[in-house]
Amino acid sequence: MNVVETIGLGKRYGSTWALRECSLSIPAGHVAALVGPNGAGKSTLLNLAVGLAAPSAGGVTVLGGRPAGSPAALDGIAFVAQDTPLYKNLSAADMLHLTRSLNRRFDQRYAESRLAELGIPLKRKAGRLSGGQQAQLALTLALARRPRLLVLDEPVAMLDPIARHDFMATVLTAAVDDGVSVVLSSHVLAELERVADYLILLSLGRVQVAGEVDDLLGSHRVLTGPAAEADKYAGGLRVVHVRRGEAQAHLLVRATADDPVPQGWEAHPVGLEELALAYLREPGAAALPGPAHARTLQPAGSESSEVTQ
Amino acid sequence: MTALTIADSQEQDASLRPVPWRLMAWVTWRQHRFALGGVAVLLSVLAAYMWLTGLQLHHAYAAAIACHPASSLACNGLARNFNNIGGFLANGFPLQAVPVLIGAFVGAPVLARELETGTFRYAWTQGFGRWRWTLAKLVALAVAIAAAAGVISVLFSWYYQPYFATTNQNLGLDEPSPLAVGLFDLRGVTFAAWTLAAFAIGALAGMLIRRVVPAIVATLAVYTGLAFAAGGFLRGHYLAPVVTRSLNLPGSAWIVSQQWFARGGHPVSLSVLGQFLQREAPPQLAGKGGVPQSVSTWQYLVQHGYTQWTIYQPASRFWPFQWIEGGWLLALSVLCIAVTVWMVRRRAV
Repeated sequence: MNVVETIGLGKRYGSTWALRECSLSIPAGHVAALVGPNGAGKSTLLNLAVGLAAPSAGGVTVLGGRPAGSPAALDGIAFVAQDTPLYKNLSAADMLHLTRSLNRRFDQRYAESRLAELGIPLKRKAGRLSGGQQAQLALTLALARRPRLLVLDEPVAMLDPIARHDFMATVLTAAVDDGVSVVLSSHVLAELERVADYLILLSLGRVQVAGEVDDLLGSHRVLTGPAAEADKYAGGLRVVHVRRGEAQAHLLVRATADDPVPQGWEAHPVGLEELALAYLREPGAAALPGPAHARTLQPAGSESSEVTQ
Repeated sequence: MTALTIADSQEQDASLRPVPWRLMAWVTWRQHRFALGGVAVLLSVLAAYMWLTGLQLHHAYAAAIACHPASSLACNGLARNFNNIGGFLANGFPLQAVPVLIGAFVGAPVLARELETGTFRYAWTQGFGRWRWTLAKLVALAVAIAAAAGVISVLFSWYYQPYFATTNQNLGLDEPSPLAVGLFDLRGVTFAAWTLAAFAIGALAGMLIRRVVPAIVATLAVYTGLAFAAGGFLRGHYLAPVVTRSLNLPGSAWIVSQQWFARGGHPVSLSVLGQFLQREAPPQLAGKGGVPQSVSTWQYLVQHGYTQWTIYQPASRFWPFQWIEGGWLLALSVLCIAVTVWMVRRRAV
């Protein structure tokens, strides 16, 4: 089952496309990270998926074909929006009561014990909680709904490192112990390395990379060798991104561990953050399942790229 | 495979059963209790004041009509006493602000605050569903404030009762028309209807403008325009007005327009009539040469070929007018709320 599936999805605000021709499917059972620079369309995509916004083009379904925003979809999805909006004048207990009243399922016992663990007083107004506590309260409300899909829009952007760590630990627990599928957007790449096992990279309103993290890491290598030879090999290899130093050049290439390495070069496995950064720096490159996005290699410059399947 | 099918069909089945409407009652109360409490306080203070003043008014009225002979100095004093009590409330204008204050301050924030603070992203992604959430809230609040307005307009009816007795004019007591601007829509069903309309306009303005304070201001402006249009233009045309040249109109008649005509049928201004009286009439009729005011002056003018045509609405049309005005305000309110819910539903965010 795909928790989110979009076909030719587009959203236009006025004359500007915030997202266009977005076709992707996020399979269930993952913590999927939606990564991209500001304005790439991350929030737009998530808003479309949870039914807050209506598509200008194409369509989006969730939880195995339910139209986004339909009662069946809302029932199975919990959404924590950017900046975790809560009613500031309501107490934590009131927020629990409110969420219980607005949903068919609500695990009151889970919510209360979770808030007790976090040391969030039930009687305190949401507006008087710290940023980290507000985020945790919003997450607790979402998880107490026992959703099958948890959608988080920039959940940790405003949090300090400890709050960020605690928040992500809660998300991971839900994903691992309760089998909740998670889709989260973030531009904190380091955090994603720890939690995400599925990556979607958005750039300029289009999907650039989509796939399981293990597959992506397994199909990319970093080759390090003399800078002078970089251009020579760049043409023959499927290079995503070239980073040049004084003496050495680092080529992120699409290659498995079994692929041959040129003489005098070393191959290293790539990290998720490095991979994401490389693609973000090359908006023209793409790594997608499905049809190839072919593009010819640019003339050798300081950076060059090839688009591969 | 079998297990999967069962799980799926259960889920399909469950998805047909939405979150019960009644659960929104607590949500609405909890989120709007300050606004509703404010309305309750405002109306309670007003009710207490009007009840105390109303007791005095009724007392003074009883004393004035019991006084004999009516033309005596003592009776004139009692009549003046009645006319003076609750002076600033006598024309009803201060109370005209009540519906829009309630409507704007309760109605405009319902959606505007959610949109302004971003909490709509919480509220509209819960299992209850966004349009059901909107409809439930708006209907519950609309019923609550319309009911409160209906209750206080019963008090208004009692308060203004003495003014509408048909013998008032003969006793030198104020006798406004029940249809008069300022008084008509405080009684009957229209007070609640205007409050409801203000609320509905506020809700729609909140959805359109998405910010609380501008939405309240817009509501006040739209409502004021509508109230002036209704009082100054629409209400006079609910039913075809009566035209008469009688000089003996009851004090309760609501005069839409009045005009003197000369023998040839062309209209004559009051200053021309004043000059005519000054020139021709005996001094006791001509007065100081101003606008003719007494019945005997009018009769003198009629004897000399002038005719006064009056277009008016008789007081007996009070209830038909109440239902007409209440009806179109209810229709307008339903329309505003329906448009608001439709906008929320089609995800205009």
